[in-house]
Amino acid sequence: MSFDPRTTIAEPRHYLQAQMRWRWGEIAFWLATLLPFIVAPDYLLLASQVAIAALFVLSLDLILGFAGIVSLGHAAYFGTGAYTAGLISKWGWGEPIIGLVIAAVAAGLFGYVTSFIIARFRHLPLIMITLGIGLLLQESANSASWLTGGFDGLQGIHTWPILGRFRLDLYGYTAYAYALAALFVIFLGARRLVHSPFGLALRGIRDNSQRMRAIGAATHSHIRTIYTIAAMIAGAAGAILAQTTETVSLEVLGFQRSADVLVMLILGGTGRLYGGLLGAVVYMVARDQFSGLNPQYWYFWIGLLLIAVVVVVPNGLLGGLSLLTRRAKAEP
Amino acid sequence: MSESALAARGVDKRFGSLVVAANVNLTLPPGARHALIGPNGAGKTTLINLMTGMLRPDGGQILLGGDDVTALAPEERVRRGLARTYQINSLFPQLTALESVTLAVCERRRVAQTWWRRLIAYREEIEEAHHILGALMLDAVCHRPARELAYGQQRLLEIALALASRPKVLLLDEPAAGVPRDESKELFTAIAGLSRDIAVLFIEHDMELVFRFASRVIVMVGGSILVEGTPAEIASDARVRAVYLGKATRA
Repeated sequence: MSFDPRTTIAEPRHYLQAQMRWRWGEIAFWLATLLPFIVAPDYLLLASQVAIAALFVLSLDLILGFAGIVSLGHAAYFGTGAYTAGLISKWGWGEPIIGLVIAAVAAGLFGYVTSFIIARFRHLPLIMITLGIGLLLQESANSASWLTGGFDGLQGIHTWPILGRFRLDLYGYTAYAYALAALFVIFLGARRLVHSPFGLALRGIRDNSQRMRAIGAATHSHIRTIYTIAAMIAGAAGAILAQTTETVSLEVLGFQRSADVLVMLILGGTGRLYGGLLGAVVYMVARDQFSGLNPQYWYFWIGLLLIAVVVVVPNGLLGGLSLLTRRAKAEP
Repeated sequence: MSESALAARGVDKRFGSLVVAANVNLTLPPGARHALIGPNGAGKTTLINLMTGMLRPDGGQILLGGDDVTALAPEERVRRGLARTYQINSLFPQLTALESVTLAVCERRRVAQTWWRRLIAYREEIEEAHHILGALMLDAVCHRPARELAYGQQRLLEIALALASRPKVLLLDEPAAGVPRDESKELFTAIAGLSRDIAVLFIEHDMELVFRFASRVIVMVGGSILVEGTPAEIASDARVRAVYLGKATRA
């Protein structure tokens, strides 16, 4: 063979390394998340809702965007986290960070148990199964009203100051700072995961799960792992919602929430990490504006937005953006 | 002790009333270069699916290195050294060639479950993948997504993926399917250049390629093995001629 290992081997690693480097756009994005503190202090409560939604979308992107696992019942894990965090606080332990960790572990456990069913299916059957899991859990929470408060919601949650110092305030300073910090830390973990050998294996499953078996891959075990991780992140998002709003209603487990998170992800672009984050920002802000404009029929505008985005930029907002920048680079 | 790298013992398979494998016995010695030929619908690909575990036989045994693997899942057989390629490209369209093969190497080394370390820390795995691609003359395009590769290069990537699992036995399902004739010779030269530690069984329709690259030829008709022999024996076999002239009644 006529290739020289010394010259050819260093180069492919550099190429892969370049793919994983932090870009200016990423740094700009995270700096921009601090802007609400300065320019829009009236909207900090909304900002905290956006951050929670973004964390939830991030979790869906890991399974849908990277591993190709479709879900219409992802709220099941969000809700498990929310109720767990709420109950821990109600029972007398209002320390938020430990509450957050316990809630994430509880959601992860539920994710792990259900992942054994998930790993066996793909595509349409998976939609039915995840939808079923979501419905089962919501109705269970509804009937177990002695525990969850049922239709009236979970009352009596009190969140202690974060790190023993920062009390939740009416304007949402603490809530947004807390949600944003959690989002950033978990995002760093997700980013590492995506650029790991495991992240590569997930993309392999998304692209061709049959071939994965033919290269000897432990496909089912990969799916169980990522599903459990995603459930934990969804649970963390639910926990933050419970802790910052100090209430939990059945709606955290609802189909609407599962559908919304899917919409945010597709809106922003799947399999890119930042697509989901962008989708969460656009969707939540649009919903806030539209519902202000017309409190009754605002879903009409959301519907229009969805169709417009999918028609104009099929790969989501971020997919469209990256296409534009590539074109701009191609013809300077 | 094992005289066979891979063997089928009395393998049966039917789909409803259609018999696709009837008492198939086949032995592939270590380092073999065997060709599997036969008319369309003879059950050649089915036999590969049976041996790799993609299909489960109704009866009989599959032995890999002397061990009975009949009950093992496909991925389990791959880990024991049985790899295959597909007649119709089955690649990872959005992964680059280097990523695809690196993934296969990581799976073999059982590090693909690691999510807390960066891929680029896996120097040896990446180097090995690049080396495999280089041996198949794919190193120049190793950063292109599989779907953007030329068709012939995709066929080579099929083989690269299989090689990344370090197989002892390699089953190639029409490796040159759809490749222009002059290029298919190159492809077979690459196959012939594979390590002699690997036993190779390939399905191929082009008799010139079969006679040039196979040391033994197995002829399959209607789900069973009609005859096995050296290329010279097969070329002069009256039954084989009858099959290829369309006079076979059993197919």
